[in-house]
Amino acid sequence: MSETATNSGMAVEKAPAIEPQLESWNRPPVIPTDGEGELLEVSMGPHHPSTHGVFRMDVALDGEKVVKLKPVFGYLHRNHEQIAESMGSYIGMMPYTDRLDYFCSMTNNWAYALAVEKLVGQAVPERAEYIRVILAELTRVQNHASAIGFLIQEMGASGTPLMYAFKMREKILDLFESLSGSRMMCNYMRFGGCRVDTSAAWLDAARTVVAGLPTFVDEYEALLTGNEILMARCQGVGVLRPELAVNAGISGPMLRASGVNYDIRKVDRYGIYDRFKFRVPLGDHGDIYDRYMVRVLEMRESIGILEQALKEVPGGPVMDPKAKIRGFKPKPGEAYGRIEAPKGELGFYLISTGGVEPYRYRVRPPSLINLTVLEDMCLGHNVADVVLIFGSVDIVLGEVDR
Amino acid sequence: MKTVEEIKVAIEAAVPDASVSVIPNGSPSGQQSLLLDAEHAFAVARFLRDDEELALDYLSNVTGVDWLDKEVTEKVKVTKQVPKEMDAPEGKQIQMVEETVEETRKHVQPGYLEAVYHLFSVKKKHGPVVIRMRTKNRTDDVDLPSLTPLWRAAEFQEREVFDLYGIVFRGHPDLRRILMWDGFKDHPMRKDYVEPDDFEYEPTAHDKVLDRHKQHMAKTPGEEQPAAGATA
Repeated sequence: MSETATNSGMAVEKAPAIEPQLESWNRPPVIPTDGEGELLEVSMGPHHPSTHGVFRMDVALDGEKVVKLKPVFGYLHRNHEQIAESMGSYIGMMPYTDRLDYFCSMTNNWAYALAVEKLVGQAVPERAEYIRVILAELTRVQNHASAIGFLIQEMGASGTPLMYAFKMREKILDLFESLSGSRMMCNYMRFGGCRVDTSAAWLDAARTVVAGLPTFVDEYEALLTGNEILMARCQGVGVLRPELAVNAGISGPMLRASGVNYDIRKVDRYGIYDRFKFRVPLGDHGDIYDRYMVRVLEMRESIGILEQALKEVPGGPVMDPKAKIRGFKPKPGEAYGRIEAPKGELGFYLISTGGVEPYRYRVRPPSLINLTVLEDMCLGHNVADVVLIFGSVDIVLGEVDR
Repeated sequence: MKTVEEIKVAIEAAVPDASVSVIPNGSPSGQQSLLLDAEHAFAVARFLRDDEELALDYLSNVTGVDWLDKEVTEKVKVTKQVPKEMDAPEGKQIQMVEETVEETRKHVQPGYLEAVYHLFSVKKKHGPVVIRMRTKNRTDDVDLPSLTPLWRAAEFQEREVFDLYGIVFRGHPDLRRILMWDGFKDHPMRKDYVEPDDFEYEPTAHDKVLDRHKQHMAKTPGEEQPAAGATA
């Protein structure tokens, strides 16, 4: 392999043998240029206001048209996995998982707890399962509302729609704070249950917040869904074909906006998701507008799940009394646990060799893998659309770089 | 869904030369994995993706694992000639007698790097099927075939494994470092990775920092004055 032409090209020491290349349908298309003049290479980021953090895209432009786009990662890399493998305990990693996707610390906690529970065969009491579902769905609602807010902000409506989302999000974060002690870094779940029990007053407060959510979504949609500018900017832009979406491991609302019916809550039925009635919203075209619409509809379904769950929270302990806490040493073996996080499939892969800490700890980050097709979606569009397409992926850099 | 053993049989029927073995899993999760040989892994993976019944079209997770050289102690029964005093007609005499003795022997099991893939099926909604490949050693023979041509999902993840573990994926369209910067030399997720000596003065030095300071000063004697060979 010769030195690559991109900015951060690094030669691989060994020349690879001849191998099959990507098939034509799952590789980025080649965009024809008019052949006049030079391509303009632009570095978007790492401090571009639309990059949601420190992220860079190397874009080659022919006029306004994007002909090449390479994402550059690693500005927030802290070797999260290495920290876990020298942590000295399993539970010690729980607060660190909050920092992966700092918008959704509750679902991060759940995914890690689920993987460890799979590794040791730990059961979870029913009340804890209900609380987990409630917290995860609240997280999903606030994440989707904020994601849409950021998307609209990148369209040029600076502030107002995002603040609408944040007004509602703050109510949900207040619930998290009164339960766990922290708005965003919740560190709430444990292997075999939850850290503290909810009070009856907390459940009532949650019911009040949930009762206000449908009005919020209606209001939000009245402002946005039929908006002419939003439709003009989003429809038919950044189309992702379903076969490529599946092949590229895309997950979450982005996959379903392409029309692929795959929701891990339905497929794996982890926790107690088989007890609730909810539908999986699917898109038709796989463009930005569909991704927006799928998120709105998922908020409505989540509210439905919340209403069902809050009605029937059973009594009992929130922590399995038999759960081993001190001297927690799983038997040698491995487990891969995954959940449907708001951004997609969040998985944890753990290998134990019988020690106090995992021998191998791996986070499967949905944000990073959803960026695989960023180039495919952006090619041929204008620079201004790149910002929108990037916003519609919904990423958090804490999870991309880990 | 087929069990791991049934998948193994199906693979052996489809790709005759491939050697597949089932790696047991001691955890209650029961996720057993299939170890593929690097030579036929690409053909096997293509079979897993395209087979009608398995239809593993969704590659969820790709990761590396570093297994260090392991010193294995074994107890072996050995038959040996042992001198023994025997009663003979001419009085006591030393004779060689065969006897079985238990001996502990040590040998080093060479380490390797491992790439693990978690496959699911979106079409059939089943999974995971775990496949793994192993390199020959940890130093110079670290090539494995890339599965990116089959699943685009592996593109960034294999780059990450290359970056953090140093497995070179043959056939990857764009194998570069992804998280660490260019020009970084080592692979930081390897188990024998040594942190660089990035000592910094801290005004409120406490135990760990002081220890690091001592180590740093021991490594670079006479930092205040130029080193002896520096003028030459």
